[in-house]
Amino acid sequence: MYSFEPNEEQQMLMDAVGKYAANDLRPAAHDAEEGHEFPMRLVSKGWELGLLQASVPEMYGGFGDRSAVTGVLAVEEMAFGDLAGALSVLTPSLFATSVLLAGSEEQKKEYLPKIVEGAWAPYTAALIEYSFDFDPNELKTTAKAQGGGYVLSGEKVFVPFAKDAEALIVYANLDGVTQGFIVKKEAQGLSVSTEREKLMGLNALPMYRVKLENVTASRLGGASGHDFGLILASMHLASAAAALGVARSSFEYAKSYAKEREAFGVKIAQKQAIAFMLAEMATELEAIRLLTWEAAWQLDNGKEEALTSAYLAFTGACDMAMMVTDRGVQIYGGHGYIRENPVELLMRNGRGFPMLLGLAIV
Amino acid sequence: MTIEFEAPKPIVQMQVMLKTVAENMMRSTSREMDENEHAIPWDYVEFMHTAMRSMGGGGGLTINDDKPKEGAEKRPPIGYQKLASQIEMLSWGDVGYYLITPGGGLGAAAVAAAGSPEQKAKFLERFNGDKPTYAAMCMTEPGAGSDTSAIRARAVLDEKTNEWVINGEKIFVTGGDKSFTEYEKLGKGFIVVWASIDPSAGRSGMRAFVVEAGTPGVKITKLEHKLGIRASDTASISLVDARVPFENVLGKPTVEKTTTGFKGAMATFDATRPLVAASGIGVARAALEFLKEKLQESGIEIRYRLPRNKLTSIEKDVIDMEIQLRSAWLLTLKAVWMADNKKSNALESSMSKVRAGDVTTKITQKAVEILGPIGYSREFLLEKWFRDAKITDIYEGTGQINRLVVARQILGYTGAELR
Repeated sequence: MYSFEPNEEQQMLMDAVGKYAANDLRPAAHDAEEGHEFPMRLVSKGWELGLLQASVPEMYGGFGDRSAVTGVLAVEEMAFGDLAGALSVLTPSLFATSVLLAGSEEQKKEYLPKIVEGAWAPYTAALIEYSFDFDPNELKTTAKAQGGGYVLSGEKVFVPFAKDAEALIVYANLDGVTQGFIVKKEAQGLSVSTEREKLMGLNALPMYRVKLENVTASRLGGASGHDFGLILASMHLASAAAALGVARSSFEYAKSYAKEREAFGVKIAQKQAIAFMLAEMATELEAIRLLTWEAAWQLDNGKEEALTSAYLAFTGACDMAMMVTDRGVQIYGGHGYIRENPVELLMRNGRGFPMLLGLAIV
Repeated sequence: MTIEFEAPKPIVQMQVMLKTVAENMMRSTSREMDENEHAIPWDYVEFMHTAMRSMGGGGGLTINDDKPKEGAEKRPPIGYQKLASQIEMLSWGDVGYYLITPGGGLGAAAVAAAGSPEQKAKFLERFNGDKPTYAAMCMTEPGAGSDTSAIRARAVLDEKTNEWVINGEKIFVTGGDKSFTEYEKLGKGFIVVWASIDPSAGRSGMRAFVVEAGTPGVKITKLEHKLGIRASDTASISLVDARVPFENVLGKPTVEKTTTGFKGAMATFDATRPLVAASGIGVARAALEFLKEKLQESGIEIRYRLPRNKLTSIEKDVIDMEIQLRSAWLLTLKAVWMADNKKSNALESSMSKVRAGDVTTKITQKAVEILGPIGYSREFLLEKWFRDAKITDIYEGTGQINRLVVARQILGYTGAELR
């Protein structure tokens, strides 16, 4: 059957996350960006909503099963509040969900319970490399087999919370194939930049560069490794969902503004030039949302085409986010360009999705 | 409720069958029909009529949701979803042909939406007869397109004979010729004419009248020559003192200070817009598949999953086209799924039409561009699909009108607040 409505459980989760996003993340977004810091109190509050915990089975300390569909629904809701805040809350998932999807039994038992049973803790992952043609399937960071284990060399950028991370997953090129490796905090040859990354947006999310010089690491899934395609698709979907949240936030702000702002004796929303922009933004949002849902559903149901669909949803979402957030600023006019108003930050964040793949996973 | 994207089995089975029809009865003669505008492909017309009758789908392509077999698990209704899927596949074959699939079309839809039980029985029975039969909707006039409130046609009740006397001029009537002209091979059809019974009442004075084929005073004055969809006839119809029985008026014969009569017509559009979207998407899919086939013949495979910065320009275009096409189809599916589940879908149905109008024109235009001389040549059907596709963004409300509908819905504005 076709069906386009979240089930009751998903709806309850969306309501809870949506409330947190609207009441906690949204009001904090501006100051967090300007002050380069997201209040940890709010991150903890977001963690307590239990998104990750609900996607980890009981035997590993959680209380549910992972579903990509539920994941994209929740991520959209959270990113609606604020992208930096949402990614902060979700950073431990970068580690835990990858272990859940690709880890060996031993790795799952070692890491999952301590991550999901405790308070929010900085477990993270490093994927992105500093190059215009960065390709997650052709990484420049290398992994080599060495005496029963592996050593990694290379440099990663945009690694959230790397400075304090207990452990991180580093994605590296092992004989032409991307594989994830667990690197512990104390590993020899691992160095984290002292300075934080300085980006166009997302300044409330502390990100660092990570250098690896012959760092000993354990391979996700043990000696036989894992299928990176599944992890990549889950990252594609999370990014698409986050893009939907950011774009919807800009759309909602612009819509409210257009209904209040007057020009030539009417609300500007009563002018077709503005109204048509809003209609197109809404249509684009819904179109990409359905594309994302379908890809997530395919992934949950083991469909062959899921990996391509997730890629297409992500690619479409990147364009959608730029288009919608750009128009958000445009509808505000001059006021949109002023940092006191929320839409300029959303436009900066909206540009980021093609280069921020790997900062979220469902 | 849940989120699910598994095509229901009855739809999958039907698609397999319709694909065979599309390949063998439509594509094979597409070019011929395009070059002989106004010719009628009788083979297709008669085959489809027989086929639809044998499947129990009286009335042509209509909502026909088979009841699940007794004892089988209960499932939600899928009639609209099935219809949209049928239309998508037939239009993939040839949208001109799809448009002349026998049946009541928009004319019957108006009767079904606004007619009394007696009227439905009287007017809709014929589509399940021995011969293929058509009905059409006459709304547009030379001076009234998207602005249907500008309709000038008049209907006056002659109390002596208890007949409506209709005068007016209608254009762009899809299937008008097959619905009104009495062909030997066709059953007797009708046209539904929109006219005002009280011009001072504006939209609330608007009514639809069933005018039987062959009614005196009604003439087909012109068959248009069009950019595309040439297998489908587009008629101009003039009505001079045309007399129809009193009981042929759809809705109340008296004027009240409400716009319910007109809203009835608009409700018909909520139901049909996603179907037009589905049709355009079928054409666009045909174009995209052809493009990929030709590229493949030249040794070009689309490398999905490469980051954009590593793709060729052609690969980027094709990937964008796939995103556009699939997302437009999902919007359409959602709109008809809502109709099946009795959810109000005015917003979604216009959204699907906006999106489909955009993407079908973009996809077919880009496909012609990418294939260069091959795209532009009449040796292949791609150039025809480019021409056929454009109508998607025009009929059943232009892209602009549908943007207006979407905007009003999301802003909570009335027609007066957002003109």
